[in-house]
Amino acid sequence: MQTHTKARPLFDSEIVRGAIVASFAKLDPRHQVRNPVMFVVLLGSVLTTALLFQALGGHGEAPAWFILTVSLWLWFTVLFANFAEAMAEGRGKAQADALRKARRDIIARKLAKAPSNSSFTPADARTTPTTSATLRKGDVVLVEAGELVPSDGEIVVGVASVDESAITGESAPVIREAGGDRSAVTGGTRVLSDWLVIRVTTDPGETFLDRMISMVEGAKRQKTPNEIALTILLAGFTIIFLLATVTLLPFSIYAVNEVGQGAPVTMTVLTALLVCLIPTTIGGLLSAIGIAGMDRMIQANVIAISGRAVEAAGDVDVLLLDKTGTITLGNRQATAFIPTDGVGMDRLADAAQLASLADETPEGRSVVVLAKEQYGLRERDIHALGAKFVPFSAQTRMSGVDFDGRHIRKGSADAIEEYVQASGGQLPVPVRGHVERIAREGGTPLVVADGPQVLGVIQLKDIVKTRIKDRFAELRRMGIKTVMITGDNPLTAATIAAEAGVDDFLAQATPEKKLELIREYQRGGRLVAMTGDGTNDAPALAQADVAVAMNTGTQAAKEAGNMVDLDSNPTKLIEIVEIGKQLLMTRGALTTFSIANDVAKYFAIIPAAFAGTYPVLNALNVMHLATPESAILSAVIFNALIIIGLIPLALRGVRYRAVGASVLLRDNLLVYGLGGIVAPFIGIKAIDMVLVLSGLA
Amino acid sequence: MTVNGFLQVGMYVVVLLALAKPLGGFMARVYDGKSTWLSPVLRPLERLIYRVCGVDPDEGMTWKTYAVSMLLFNFLGLLVVYGLQRLQGILPLNPQGFAAVTPDSSFNTAASFATNTNWQGYVGEATMSYATQMLGLAVQNFVSAATGMAVLVALIRGFREAGSRTVGNFWVTLTRSTLYILLPLAIGLALVQTSQGVVQNFSAYRTVPLLQATSVTTPVKNADGNPVLDEKGEPKTETTAVTEQTLPMGPASSQIAIKQLGTNGGGFFNVNSAHPYENSTPLSNFFEVLALLLIGAALCYTFGQMVGDTRQGWAVLAAMTVIFVAMLALCEWAEYRGNPRHAAAGADIVASDVHPGGNMEGKEVRFGIANSALWATATTAASNGAVNAMHDSFTPLGGLVPLFMMQLGEVVYGGVGSGLYGMLVFAIIAVFVAGLMVGRTPEYLGKKIEAYEMKMAAIVILIPPIVVLGFTALAVVTDAGLASRFNKGAHGFSEILYAFSSMGNNNGSAFAGLSANVPFYNATGGLAMLMARYWLAIPTLAIAGSLAQKKHVPAGAGTLPTHTPLFVCMLIGVVIIVGVLTFVPALALGPIVEHLMLSQ
Repeated sequence: MQTHTKARPLFDSEIVRGAIVASFAKLDPRHQVRNPVMFVVLLGSVLTTALLFQALGGHGEAPAWFILTVSLWLWFTVLFANFAEAMAEGRGKAQADALRKARRDIIARKLAKAPSNSSFTPADARTTPTTSATLRKGDVVLVEAGELVPSDGEIVVGVASVDESAITGESAPVIREAGGDRSAVTGGTRVLSDWLVIRVTTDPGETFLDRMISMVEGAKRQKTPNEIALTILLAGFTIIFLLATVTLLPFSIYAVNEVGQGAPVTMTVLTALLVCLIPTTIGGLLSAIGIAGMDRMIQANVIAISGRAVEAAGDVDVLLLDKTGTITLGNRQATAFIPTDGVGMDRLADAAQLASLADETPEGRSVVVLAKEQYGLRERDIHALGAKFVPFSAQTRMSGVDFDGRHIRKGSADAIEEYVQASGGQLPVPVRGHVERIAREGGTPLVVADGPQVLGVIQLKDIVKTRIKDRFAELRRMGIKTVMITGDNPLTAATIAAEAGVDDFLAQATPEKKLELIREYQRGGRLVAMTGDGTNDAPALAQADVAVAMNTGTQAAKEAGNMVDLDSNPTKLIEIVEIGKQLLMTRGALTTFSIANDVAKYFAIIPAAFAGTYPVLNALNVMHLATPESAILSAVIFNALIIIGLIPLALRGVRYRAVGASVLLRDNLLVYGLGGIVAPFIGIKAIDMVLVLSGLA
Repeated sequence: MTVNGFLQVGMYVVVLLALAKPLGGFMARVYDGKSTWLSPVLRPLERLIYRVCGVDPDEGMTWKTYAVSMLLFNFLGLLVVYGLQRLQGILPLNPQGFAAVTPDSSFNTAASFATNTNWQGYVGEATMSYATQMLGLAVQNFVSAATGMAVLVALIRGFREAGSRTVGNFWVTLTRSTLYILLPLAIGLALVQTSQGVVQNFSAYRTVPLLQATSVTTPVKNADGNPVLDEKGEPKTETTAVTEQTLPMGPASSQIAIKQLGTNGGGFFNVNSAHPYENSTPLSNFFEVLALLLIGAALCYTFGQMVGDTRQGWAVLAAMTVIFVAMLALCEWAEYRGNPRHAAAGADIVASDVHPGGNMEGKEVRFGIANSALWATATTAASNGAVNAMHDSFTPLGGLVPLFMMQLGEVVYGGVGSGLYGMLVFAIIAVFVAGLMVGRTPEYLGKKIEAYEMKMAAIVILIPPIVVLGFTALAVVTDAGLASRFNKGAHGFSEILYAFSSMGNNNGSAFAGLSANVPFYNATGGLAMLMARYWLAIPTLAIAGSLAQKKHVPAGAGTLPTHTPLFVCMLIGVVIIVGVLTFVPALALGPIVEHLMLSQ
């Protein structure tokens, strides 16, 4: 699994070899008919080949060598387009092959039933060997260090370090444990230490690995909505040019009859003209662009469930970003205890420590650390005290301990206020002041209460990631609004939002609030993207238009999203949006280029085809092409070669810069529009000179 | 070009653009049902019409109902015009006693007037009774124009509505277009024209003695139509003295006003607005040529106003105006430059105070080159087709201008309504390509442009080339098509191409080098006009219906702005490139070859 696509060069010799073979296999008309533009070229190639045989039989409408050359280059045009597609597919296939190696049949150790308590140890487990291919949803298996995880599943018992490099390409092991948001394991990954009991969550053939393979292979590739719209436009242009060329035959017959010189334009020339005019450049590269877009996602270590999602990424208007991990570094740290009037510092520190002893969240641990460092409070064993830990929940937004009849709680000001009011207490005025001040300064106040009495405030501080502000400014220039999602109170949220430079924020976010926010943006016609990893993110992920699930996240999150980020990097969304935009831009740029090319081709072919009848038309031969034959051949050859020439651009994509739509359009119009008009004049002239020098024409 | 010419043309463009806002704003109010200064008089009348016809003005129509209503209404109009022509011999208001028009010509004319084309295979003053002119042709001049406006307004509503299944009520839009916009403007223009000497009466034709008697020498022909030869083998000729002339009369002014305003173009008399009773003075010419583009230009502002962003309307108007001015400049230049062969033969073709210079063949002396070239460009920019000079006599490049203007699809101002909806379809295509280039699913005026819209837009840009090139190809290889040409060679080709470009884009102007009143051209032309009108209007309504259902996407920094000079350039580029790529091969074998030969 060290052969990751990241390292693969654009023209890998192995892929090129496979692509050349595939180019011929793709000549199958059933494949070609999916692409109307290239299908017309295929028909043209067949027609000119038939004309060649007629010429060889002595009844040719033009010299056999001329028909042969035109015919050959028309075939090359089709093959070159096939090659482009095969190249793009080949890169995905290479990745899929590597993945397939991870999907070996594994002998799993199946347990009769899930162990009921945490005192389970692998030593006393009775397992039956079962091949992974026969594992069904709901089966429970035991995996020990050194063994491969047989299928996708949820950890029931155990903690282990797992090597997920087969999926992510990342060699550092990750910790997986039962419960919480790190409980999902993927089939094909290897347990490095300890053991896990896993409940299988997918049937064979539907595992994450299976879906990934079919996705990167493009086996299930369907045309995306935008690609369909563009294909319709290209088909429209093709029909127009078909008409413009077909009617030239009667026009030419008329002219010859009237003027009495020259000969009607030949079928060979008309076919050559048609193929030159129809948008073969974009037509030939269209599917390669789409596949390459998926491929670029894979190189960014993102697996898109569909091409539609990749395309939608370019349209995203709103990004919902979790504050923690995305905007701020890791987690908030406790920095100070601020007791209320009449309460000693020791009492507050003591209560704060007790409330946090069993709190395994980074915030909770930082409270214990602060209590130890500043007030010399040693850690105590919560079980020894006979205390009962009350864990944090999204609904109560508090955690704490109950012991000796005391109910110590810490949580947001709102939550604690509600809590103390319920037992007859109230939030003291000084505490309210501290809370507001801390929040204004960008910190997070945690209020500590002992029963109905509020003791004081713990100040937690966030550290905003460096350079994140630049990324948001860039997004703003892209026309994308960033919204920070946080469980913090509005004041805290506003301060961090200002510091990080996001456009908006959702404070005190609950899964319901998140879902409602997404729906509200969507009602306003906006496309929303978000990242998520927890099970409680699943509804919002399912609702968002572009939903990136973290690979470290739960199975539910991965199922709900339409992309999975293998690096589990929340800022990846920005890259994803860029890839989506590149995909659309590459299509637009090559369409413009393709159509703009036609101007020069007219200047090459019209004088060549009709100067025999009207010699004055030679005035239009502005490129001074040597002979009518060399002019037509040069145009056809240029048309074929430009497909090959643009394969790297199709695979890499047109570069996206966050400079605003107008500047982007202006620059692309200059490069691909104006460039598209000028380039073929130079190219066709150059090919003509080569033809003359080589004595071919 | 002379200074005088510059001033006249410049003043024209300034007045045209200056009127766009007031008239456009007025039309937007009319379509939105707001009260205008005409409402006290017309509102009761409007209500009466709805009551009599049983129309519920508040009922919205889906695009399909809208389209069916339009088609039925137009078909009915077609039948009436056909019937009036076939029955005019027994109907009143026929002082000259004209007999029924032939079936093929009647069909062609009926199709021509129902489709707002006003191609005229017939000779007005020698064929049509006053009843046919007034009840058939003039009525269609109003309602065919109103039909185009109704389709446009449906498209605008498509952009404006969100999540709606309906695009407005066809009958209401049709009625308001006629009642509030076309009728008042036509009455005003008719009064101005009459003051300038355009005729308006029901008199029989008058025969008057010529002030300067003349004689005509014609070849003698036998019963078979072949020339009779004298004893030397030369064709025999006979000379006839001409001392009197028949002057046609009729209710011309009322019909001419709407034929200009409604981009119809069907002249009361055969030579159309070159006739002194149809277009008497330079002043009447100014008003007529202004009326050609007036509503088309103002509708751009209406569009901007109705979609809530007048900049969008100005952008479309700017794109149209840039193309118009560029083509106008080419036409003026070509006509002022004249025919180099005349110069070579010693003729003075340089303009001076005492003579116009340039190419005056086929032009009226009272209008001169500046106004003839202006008219030719304007009449083909709009799908009007009225003429004040003979386009067949223009220089090859001067003639290429009207030809190409039609081939662009009549979207530079274009027909009232139809020009702007055609242009908006081009804008959709421009937005699609441009939108991709900025990396977003394209959207225009907040509506996403997707596969369905592209399919319909592709049909709209496909139909005119199919009709124009297809029928031209048929005509140039059939005897029936070739027999009608007045000229051979490349110019003969231009004549046929012009005829189908005109009918296939609902323009109706004639190159005047083709005797088109023959069954072949009547039949193919009639079909061409029907296809070009309805196969464009129906997909346009389909786009309207689809857009109306979509949500509005709010604009952001990543949205392509469609009111900037850059987008205007892009739109111009798409219109020109599509036109050039489609028609350059044909043009190369017609006017371009002619031009190159002339300059040899």
